[in-house]
Amino acid sequence: MKLTQISVFLENRKGRLFEICSKLGQSGVNIRALTIAETETFGVLRMIVDKPDAAVKMFQQNNITANRTEVVAVEVPDKPGGLAEVLKVLTEANVNVEYMYGFMEKASEKALMVFRFDDSEKAAKVLTAAGVNVVTRKDIQGL
Amino acid sequence: MEFPFWSKDIETMDRSRLEQLQLQRLRDIVGYALKTPFYQKRLGKAWMHSPDDIKSLADLRKIPFTTKEDLRQNYPKGMLAVDMEQVVRVHSSSGTTGVPTVIYYTRDDLDRWTDLLARGITASGATSRDIFQNMMSYGLFTGGLGLHYGAERVGMTVIPVGGGNTQRQLQIMKDFGTTALHITPSYLLHIQQRMAEFGIKRSDLALRKAYMGAEPHSETTRQKLQDLYQVDIFNCYGLSEMNGPGVAFECCCKSDPHVWEDGYIIEIIDPVSGEPLPDGEKGEVVFTNLIRYALPLMRYRTRDLAFIHTEPCPCGRTHRRMSRIQGRTDDMMIINGVNVFPSQIEEVLMSIPEVGNNYMIYLSTHEGLDRLTVKVELYQKLFTGDLSQIDSLKGKIKDKLRASITINAHIELHEPGSLPAFEGKAKRVVDERIKL
Repeated sequence: MKLTQISVFLENRKGRLFEICSKLGQSGVNIRALTIAETETFGVLRMIVDKPDAAVKMFQQNNITANRTEVVAVEVPDKPGGLAEVLKVLTEANVNVEYMYGFMEKASEKALMVFRFDDSEKAAKVLTAAGVNVVTRKDIQGL
Repeated sequence: MEFPFWSKDIETMDRSRLEQLQLQRLRDIVGYALKTPFYQKRLGKAWMHSPDDIKSLADLRKIPFTTKEDLRQNYPKGMLAVDMEQVVRVHSSSGTTGVPTVIYYTRDDLDRWTDLLARGITASGATSRDIFQNMMSYGLFTGGLGLHYGAERVGMTVIPVGGGNTQRQLQIMKDFGTTALHITPSYLLHIQQRMAEFGIKRSDLALRKAYMGAEPHSETTRQKLQDLYQVDIFNCYGLSEMNGPGVAFECCCKSDPHVWEDGYIIEIIDPVSGEPLPDGEKGEVVFTNLIRYALPLMRYRTRDLAFIHTEPCPCGRTHRRMSRIQGRTDDMMIINGVNVFPSQIEEVLMSIPEVGNNYMIYLSTHEGLDRLTVKVELYQKLFTGDLSQIDSLKGKIKDKLRASITINAHIELHEPGSLPAFEGKAKRVVDERIKL
């Protein structure tokens, strides 16, 4: 149920994101979703890729500071109140969202969102029980 | 011109009598020093076993130098020469690598030190009619309490505000009609820049004098600050090993501070050979403290570079004047008046597992104050991917640095391998401050 997110520690300097992305491209890794959390001097690049193991290996070889984090990707109905419905389930179950971001995806009825929860296990469980579709690793690779 | 004096007989004593007094006091100090295991050993090597082995002042040179390292190695009580019961005050400065140095004072030691401060303050022309606002920080640092008691002895009205809080400082200056300040040059400049913001004009203030210490500054800076405030600014020099501020103090002539030679023997030496240099030549300043019995220090190497003036001062004092500090023989930095060694910062950084091996120290000027920026590389293996981890890591580095060097540093985290790497001797300190 859980997905592997790769987090990369990035300095705020010109060309750094380009370097990271082109290295991923050269390694044949495709980025499915991406967000950057930034501060004044550095950022953390978070992404979901089709081949997380290959990505981590490449980062290690290139001395790039990266780590894996567990996240949950959820299908959110693409209509007014869609996200609120999902969040309601989580709030009632007392699960906290640390951060979230959207997926880059091709046209479909549903929006895909990546969530980082304080308790991923529990989140996936309550969402599934509430009939919300939790995306699996297989889904991502097949997207 | 009438020059004011606190102890005119001593201040204008002819040199031969002054040297006689120094010799007598040096013997007393040697007597106390011999009570400590440290000096017993040191002086024993120089075949000195009793104060009588000091036959003339020239014998001072037989005494080996004492260094900050000696103070550290004998922390906390290895150099204490009296019973703890007789100690009434302790001051301390942070050590170069975490071990602090500590200074003890008996009641009489404090009395003698305070008297020299009263002497300096009086020499500047201040009197019991002055309202004295002390903006140096109180506490283990000697700068605050030292001047405080000296000013009280002169009979000034003392306002012990301590450092920081510019708005309150200005309000107090205005409300109490402060006439004299004890302040660092950078803070004096900063206050001036913020006066308008707090709606205070120069004409609201009764300021006439400022004592500047703890931070080196040029004559140009003094002139600039004097012009900005229309006040007389006096330099004072001191270090905790020599009790604290007031080792040397400027008189009304404002042409470099007089070293109170009845309290301290000053020598200028070649920092490499250790050989004494004649007056007028620049070298390392070495002091022997003649007035503190609780912790005797003889031939203490300050690492400060300066020279002694050869010309007498028009005020008539026979105590020689020392120049401004021209530099250091070590890598000590002075950040907003606080002495900091790069090694202290390194020690803190290396105690934090998430920090890599490479780091840089940047000094800059921000709103008239010094800013310390420490750039460190994140240790790859300990990156969890959380922004909050990085935030808390920055907080942790900042807290640990503050605990060690009392300064709030700006912390920047960088990717491994992105800071300059050094082959050979690393140059990790970049000083981009506007030179005062």
